Amino acid sequence: MHTVPFLTLLIVLPAAGALALGLLGLDRRVSGDLSDAIGIGVSLATLVIAVATMVAMKVSFGGYQLVSDHAYTGVTLGVRWFLGIDGISVFLVLLAAVLFPLALILGRGRANSRAYFAWILLLEAAVMGSFLSLDLIVFFFMFELTLVPSYFIIAGWGHDRRAYAAIKFFLYTFLGSAFLLVGILALAFIHQGQAHVLTFSLVALAQTHLASSTEILLFLAFTAAFAVKAPLFPFHTWSPDAYTEAPEEGSVILSGLLAKLGTYGIIRFDLNLFPHATHRLAPIFLTLAVIGILYGAIVACAQRDLKRLVAYSSLAQIGFIALGTFALSTQGLAGAVLLMLNHGLIVGALFILVGFIYQRRGTWQANELRGLQKAAPLMAGVFTVVMMASIGVPGLNGFVSEFLVLSGTFITHRWWAVVAVLGVIVAAIYLLWAYQQVFQREPGVEDATIKDLVHLERLVVAPLIILIVFLGIYPKPVLDRINPSVNQLIAHVETATGHSQPSVATQGVGGQP
Amino acid sequence: MIASLLATPVNTGKLVVPHIRYLSILPPMIMIGGAVLLLALASLVSRPLRVRVGTWGTVLISGTALGISLWQWTDVGDHGAHTYVAHAVVMDGFSVLITMLISAAMLVTALVADGYLNREGVEGSEFYVLALVSASGAMLMGMANDLIIVFLGLEILSIALYVLTAYNHRRGASGEAALKYFLLGGFSSAIFVYGIALTYGATGSTNLTQIADFLAKNVLLTDGLLLAGVSLLLVGFGFKVAAVPFHMWTPDVYQGAPSPVTGFMAAVAKAGAFAALLRVLLSSFGVISSDWRPIIFGMAVLSLVLGSVLALRQRDVKRMLAYSSINHAGFILLGVESARASGVSASLYYLFAYTFMTIGSFAIVTVLGREGDGDHDLTRYRGLARRQPVLALAFAVLLLAQAGAPFTTGLWAKLQVVFAAISGGSVPLAVIAMVTAVIAGYFYLRVAVLMYAGGDDARADAPQPAGSPEPHAMISFASPEGAHANVTTINDELLMTGEAPAPFGEDLPSVLPVPALTGVAIGLCVGVTVVFGVWPSPLVDFAHQASLLFLG
Repeated sequence: MHTVPFLTLLIVLPAAGALALGLLGLDRRVSGDLSDAIGIGVSLATLVIAVATMVAMKVSFGGYQLVSDHAYTGVTLGVRWFLGIDGISVFLVLLAAVLFPLALILGRGRANSRAYFAWILLLEAAVMGSFLSLDLIVFFFMFELTLVPSYFIIAGWGHDRRAYAAIKFFLYTFLGSAFLLVGILALAFIHQGQAHVLTFSLVALAQTHLASSTEILLFLAFTAAFAVKAPLFPFHTWSPDAYTEAPEEGSVILSGLLAKLGTYGIIRFDLNLFPHATHRLAPIFLTLAVIGILYGAIVACAQRDLKRLVAYSSLAQIGFIALGTFALSTQGLAGAVLLMLNHGLIVGALFILVGFIYQRRGTWQANELRGLQKAAPLMAGVFTVVMMASIGVPGLNGFVSEFLVLSGTFITHRWWAVVAVLGVIVAAIYLLWAYQQVFQREPGVEDATIKDLVHLERLVVAPLIILIVFLGIYPKPVLDRINPSVNQLIAHVETATGHSQPSVATQGVGGQP
Repeated sequence: MIASLLATPVNTGKLVVPHIRYLSILPPMIMIGGAVLLLALASLVSRPLRVRVGTWGTVLISGTALGISLWQWTDVGDHGAHTYVAHAVVMDGFSVLITMLISAAMLVTALVADGYLNREGVEGSEFYVLALVSASGAMLMGMANDLIIVFLGLEILSIALYVLTAYNHRRGASGEAALKYFLLGGFSSAIFVYGIALTYGATGSTNLTQIADFLAKNVLLTDGLLLAGVSLLLVGFGFKVAAVPFHMWTPDVYQGAPSPVTGFMAAVAKAGAFAALLRVLLSSFGVISSDWRPIIFGMAVLSLVLGSVLALRQRDVKRMLAYSSINHAGFILLGVESARASGVSASLYYLFAYTFMTIGSFAIVTVLGREGDGDHDLTRYRGLARRQPVLALAFAVLLLAQAGAPFTTGLWAKLQVVFAAISGGSVPLAVIAMVTAVIAGYFYLRVAVLMYAGGDDARADAPQPAGSPEPHAMISFASPEGAHANVTTINDELLMTGEAPAPFGEDLPSVLPVPALTGVAIGLCVGVTVVFGVWPSPLVDFAHQASLLFLG
């Protein structure tokens, strides 16, 4: 249908780059500069393709676009190379395409950078593959594949307790995936019994008739993997360790993208495949989301460690995404999808800034830092913008999505929204407090002599700041693309369950026709 | 040929020489014939035969067997699957694939053994003679259609393996392992024979087809004798495939045997025994599957759990791999337990994937074991990635594949057996299996981390970018406390593995030479694991076409 296989390229290009770097890495004569250039070049080319993909998509069409569907295993196993993109995944793909080049640029100069770059590119391929796969087995393979490079990135280039953090990260997420695999296979088996064909296609499997109890079990098997990956409270205990011990670029990717795999999985697979179970269990998950929001925010207040603070604030934000998702209203879901993009930008920027501080001062303990704004006003300014976006100040991107999530939740599940709003307030407390600690006050001797952001660093944060401001002022182009897919998905859930959201939801804010 | 099959006389009281279709038994004949030739050659020359002669001889012989099995494959495709030699052996897709697998395993093992024998200064071709004979026994198990032939194959396989285990007589551990293997193996064989006798008593035949016929046409009012017979057969098989609770010998023997033998044993003995187990259970005792499925279920659960949990405690890589092979046996049992055609192909695929992963792993262990083959402590793998990046990468790939990393044959194999278990209605077994895969993932990764994160001065010798260092220093996050971080690295791993600190400054690990042929073997194993992982359809379809003769 399409002459350019955009989606396959998005996966194959970084994978090929990783392979090339891996092979180059075996030859010690190849200069580090060349491999750095290859790595960054490949990730930038992927960004170009991602942008081209978005341009090639039809704006007001909610289904899967640019589909590529080929046999992968033989008929006996029925796995197909089935990729597609829609309004829900396109911005996650773009987010990945933006964050990976930044991570690579920041990762230059690390020890054994070829291997580091190879792992990061492999991770990019896996992340892209996870967002694009519509075949459950290929999705599972990609989802699992993210583990291997992340593990090696944390274990190989992380901080002091990296081995512990890497193992904990791996075991938690792998355990979740174990249930996911059994769930996928069981679902395909049930579908095979009904349709007499073995397939793992999301589109086909969504037609499976499931007994209520079976559906709930399968939903839980799938959600186990996604809840750990996201992470939802109470499956989050790996994440502060992993985010803190990972190298800073690793934290950017872990929290900015890998966490989104979990929430994306819930939206893409749970809502499509198990609408009944999602609807029935929604109150439980809404409650977990609200607990996560408050717990994350309160624990973040108690952190003296900037990385852990960002990690816990991330937990709270993931709670908002889950809240919008399980609200099962158009606005809530659109807000959740938008928040995935926004949170990726914000948390990415926060970890990058913490990295800048660490690289100058060798610490990210808030009580050892003072008055950085004197010596580094630009860094302080950037931090302020990102912080305001994270708090949800109107005019920056965080506000738009949080507002959509809360109003969408209010329509269908009023009291959960009421409690969740408290999380927004607490977020302001810990972020402003952290800002006061680190950037205000009288600077110490070491704090007064640090350098402000240099050129390349400005170049790295600039795209993030531009996007944060742009999406805050004018989110319409993004919402125009998200909404058709969200409408279609909510309609699917409504048809399947027979429940429908209050009519006010369909005439609400945010680019509705 | 088909006419001759129909005309085969059955028990007319006179000794009747059955018609033999040689194609059906050619591969094991070539293996044994080749072994005899090598032996004769060795006794005709005055000095001990050079190792290289034995290596190339074995490569040639097993290559020929592999070629013949391809011919068999087309024959089965053209004429269908049949029994031959008075119904004693069968040539179907399943047997042909097992034959191919064992020939390939023999070939790769020969390449690995070459470097080992040269390094250890063991001359003569007897190693290859024994290995070829052993492989022929495994082939025979794969094609047997009679319990007596299964037993013959089992004994040919085992007795040669006992000797191979003790082959390097300079290693004390080998002798001990061989004795243990021999004693326990002898017992298990005796139990197996008794199982055959009881089965014969219950059904009146040792022929798998006739047993199936008998069970299909008769309802046994008292089936105690039959069940006792089947149970004893399962004990014998359980011993050979190293399934819990018949696994006790495995860690000691795997550790004690010379490393190439361990790889060979892990792959070939398991392939042969699982082939026979699948055929016996599904062809003959398919009717009473409700009786043996719970037993297999229990064996599978125990093997999965104990294999993965006990491996966590091991400090010796060979012992760790031994327990991991028990875990793998549990996974293969998933396919057996499902008692259906898709389970057979899943188990077959698993055996295929496992063979290459395990021979490759033991090939690397052989290289790293240094002269004397005794250096298998986990601490030896620390920082391997820096000293020998290619070898470390190969090992990491093979370990990750065993853990079930995506886009390797390892995950396709796990996926298929788990699907078979779900199809057979054993969802709890599927869940248990996947959870143990997580536990197993931990100890595989532990080795990988030692190899990669265990570098001591990785930062120091990393090539600096040619440009001026200042902008790099500003933009990168490279830790200003790099040196400090590196000191703590080592403690991290000790914390993680729960090990005592390794003595420093003892003999520092150096770059170990990888013999050319061993390198080829490792490359072959990694290649098969990755290529068929990324491009799965040929192997998956192949395994699915290789159905058992008497099963759907």
